[in-house]
Amino acid sequence: MKYAILVNEGPYQHQASDTAYQFCKAAIERGHEVFRAFFYHDGVHNGSRFPVPPQDDRNIPVQWSELAAAHDIDLVVCIAAAQRRGILDEGEAQRQGKDGDNIAPGFRISGLGQLIEAGIQCDRLLVFGD
Amino acid sequence: MLHTVNKSPFERNTLNACLGHALPDSAVLLIEDGVLAAVQGTAHETEMRKALEQHSVSVLGPDLSARGLSPEQVIPGINVVDYAGFVELTENHDKVQAWL
Repeated sequence: MKYAILVNEGPYQHQASDTAYQFCKAAIERGHEVFRAFFYHDGVHNGSRFPVPPQDDRNIPVQWSELAAAHDIDLVVCIAAAQRRGILDEGEAQRQGKDGDNIAPGFRISGLGQLIEAGIQCDRLLVFGD
Repeated sequence: MLHTVNKSPFERNTLNACLGHALPDSAVLLIEDGVLAAVQGTAHETEMRKALEQHSVSVLGPDLSARGLSPEQVIPGINVVDYAGFVELTENHDKVQAWL
């Protein structure tokens, strides 16, 4: 089965991101495909490569990047939510005149259309938030 | 349809709203702080036992343990599932509604 995931909360602030990640892992282990995870609202903070959590704590953005690399998951950050919260890729940083970008590996910035498309293409759409 | 509830019934009324809308063939899964509704001996036990007459109710085991609760404390009739069981529930129900 094909799954789409929507994450509406940031890492460490709420359990939503952890639950979404554990669900994706379990779905893949059961032989399903996670087609896309869409990060909206504060969820865009999952897509920054700058967080430095303590070494004995999980690194949530890195977990997402690694899962995406291993299982070819499309990690999409909502552009409007990302701009408000300072999540930038190289192109956006240049366009907005910023001195650097911070998007994590495997993530890309795009629009809400990607969420709609995932909802249409996938068998299931699961929402994780507060 | 599968309904997921992630809030404690002592914090918000999403469980109540969910049970008010869920059709008899719909299943309910309690996750995150929502797992507190599955515990025996709380003010919400009667409501949960009534829900069990109409719905299949499950609770996410890892979220119980994360809160210091054990499967033995869960109201009889509520299924304790792991993440694989969560996925299985989404396989068996064509839509998933998150009550946030």
